[in-house]
Amino acid sequence: MTEIKGRFGGFGGQFIPETLMNAVIELEEAYNKYKEDPEFVAELADLFNNYAGRPSNLYYAKHMTENLGGAKIYLKREDLNHTGSHKINNVLGQVLLAKKMGKTRIIAETGAGQHGVATATAAALMGLECEVYMGKHDTDRQALNVYRMELLGTKVHPVTSGTMTLKDAVNETLREWTKRIDDTHYVMGSVMGPHPFPTIVRDFQAVISKEIKEQMLEKEGKLPNAVIACVGGGSNAMGAFYNFIEDKAVRLIGCEAAGLGVDTKDTAATMATGSVGIFHGMKSYFCQDEYGQIAPVYSISAGLDYPGIGPEHAYLRDSGRAEYVPVTDDEAVEAFEYLSGIEGIIPAIESAHAISYAMKLAPTMSKDQIIVVNVSGRGDKDVAAIARYKGVEIYE
Amino acid sequence: MNNMTAQSYIDKAFSNGKAFIPFITCGDPDLETTEKLVYAMEKAGANLIELGIPFSDPVAEGPIIQEASERALKGGVTTDKIFDMVKRIREKSSVPLAFMTYANLLFTYGLDKFLLGCKELGICCVILPDIPFEEKGEMLDKFQEYGVKMISLIAPTSKDRISKIAAEAEGFVYCVSSMGVTGTRTEITTDVAAMVAGVKEVNDIPCAVGFGISNAETAAKMSKAADGVIVGSAIVKIVGAHGRDCIEPVCEFVRELKGAMEQE
Repeated sequence: MTEIKGRFGGFGGQFIPETLMNAVIELEEAYNKYKEDPEFVAELADLFNNYAGRPSNLYYAKHMTENLGGAKIYLKREDLNHTGSHKINNVLGQVLLAKKMGKTRIIAETGAGQHGVATATAAALMGLECEVYMGKHDTDRQALNVYRMELLGTKVHPVTSGTMTLKDAVNETLREWTKRIDDTHYVMGSVMGPHPFPTIVRDFQAVISKEIKEQMLEKEGKLPNAVIACVGGGSNAMGAFYNFIEDKAVRLIGCEAAGLGVDTKDTAATMATGSVGIFHGMKSYFCQDEYGQIAPVYSISAGLDYPGIGPEHAYLRDSGRAEYVPVTDDEAVEAFEYLSGIEGIIPAIESAHAISYAMKLAPTMSKDQIIVVNVSGRGDKDVAAIARYKGVEIYE
Repeated sequence: MNNMTAQSYIDKAFSNGKAFIPFITCGDPDLETTEKLVYAMEKAGANLIELGIPFSDPVAEGPIIQEASERALKGGVTTDKIFDMVKRIREKSSVPLAFMTYANLLFTYGLDKFLLGCKELGICCVILPDIPFEEKGEMLDKFQEYGVKMISLIAPTSKDRISKIAAEAEGFVYCVSSMGVTGTRTEITTDVAAMVAGVKEVNDIPCAVGFGISNAETAAKMSKAADGVIVGSAIVKIVGAHGRDCIEPVCEFVRELKGAMEQE
């Protein structure tokens, strides 16, 4: 592995306009200063524990385990965090950092609205001005989240360029950042973008695997055999994997959104169908054509509807440390209904992709083996869409 | 086969007073029109022409060039078709030409194939707004192998970075006049002369100013501060408004700006 700054193997980097370079350098310096600063660490721990509701439970899914008849299944309940997903971990870290840096305004992209709502929440809490960029297609689909952000005092900008979804929201937020840097921090929502974002977001999300490890040792006295998480950009998966990377016996499995299937055009499975490219500030895998034009992607899950994946995942895949599997819309919806019915937990449709693979894997494993599935978010936001998918016309 | 070196094209562009450098998006509205625009703008006084290879997600561009890129891609333009057009142009014209595009288009097309095409067709430089100083190592060896210049950009936020960027710059330096993305602006408030002076302190290399220059007055003012003026969105806007009939209005605009620069 060549050691270039901000690289994971050959992936990552800082492929951004010169206008932004001093901003990311300033961010890296500030992060390196504060990440070990006892006061910053204590403030963040306080926000995690007393505001976000950490540590999140590691729940033994007894009925699911018995029903599948194989490995013991534990669910890491990131859905129980404040704002309903793992996104709050990263956002509290970055907004606190921005505040320490003297920034007074934060901007962010959002797909389904989970990251936007989390950012708007942290901005309200810490008293910063906040603007969120969201594809027009998504503001229409997720009108409730738009209203939620507005309620929290955030201005939401519908993005009408390109495919009007998550990648276009990232484009527009990057453009906005080049216009106004001095007082503004870009709260990147996933383990993607230019260095140092993939590292910063991973570090703030790594609390997930830190807790899983402690909770697992307490409950079972041993590490799990597999950790499963869904991947779009890849932040909840990176958080769930990170503290297990050195524990080579633990299988790390990322579940990509295959949409209608990896053999169709309507997919967002970057690892299964993409190739290496340079986009959104990083070298990684992307869904693209032979000329390097970024492909429109599709998934039932707006949170996984992204044509790329974080660079550290690209490295974990190429080095053989983690595996990535595609899960279709149909499989995810089936898992969404399954977990709701069997454990009384309605998962986010994103997280349902991970549940689906656990349903396949568990029966192939023995009863003394353990799977941990990261339930990255709660599914309330998806209920109306799933109803429509099943042919029931309900609107929020 | 082309026998002029990249440097001789650049010398040609910057040797006759201040260089006027128009940008157009290839394939907007179609490649026939792009080809005609190249000949017509050369005649109207363009010293170096920037050909934009459209990218699906042009993060450094404002709405005007974003929309032009979208139109061009919808029309079916590809990197191969653009190389074919340049081949036709080179049968008739030796005007200095540069490509402006994004890193992924070179990376995915294949750096060797792309740069060989540039070398053979006399594309003297490539401007990649998403390759900053820190990342140019990704491609620099290949550029040097094929004798094509990778253009360095400096921005109003570059500050202490200007000297290290300038020291290693080749061809010319692209001075980004304003914060934000490409687009027309009513005025430019950055001290461009100071940016240019920062470059010249360490490297005697031509400096061209771009981003936001949209009228004769600004072009004239900027040409006093630098060796060349790059105008993109204002021209692409005329192309967008007139479609295939854009040749005459674009040329009129080019003559107006070039004329204003010469009077300075």
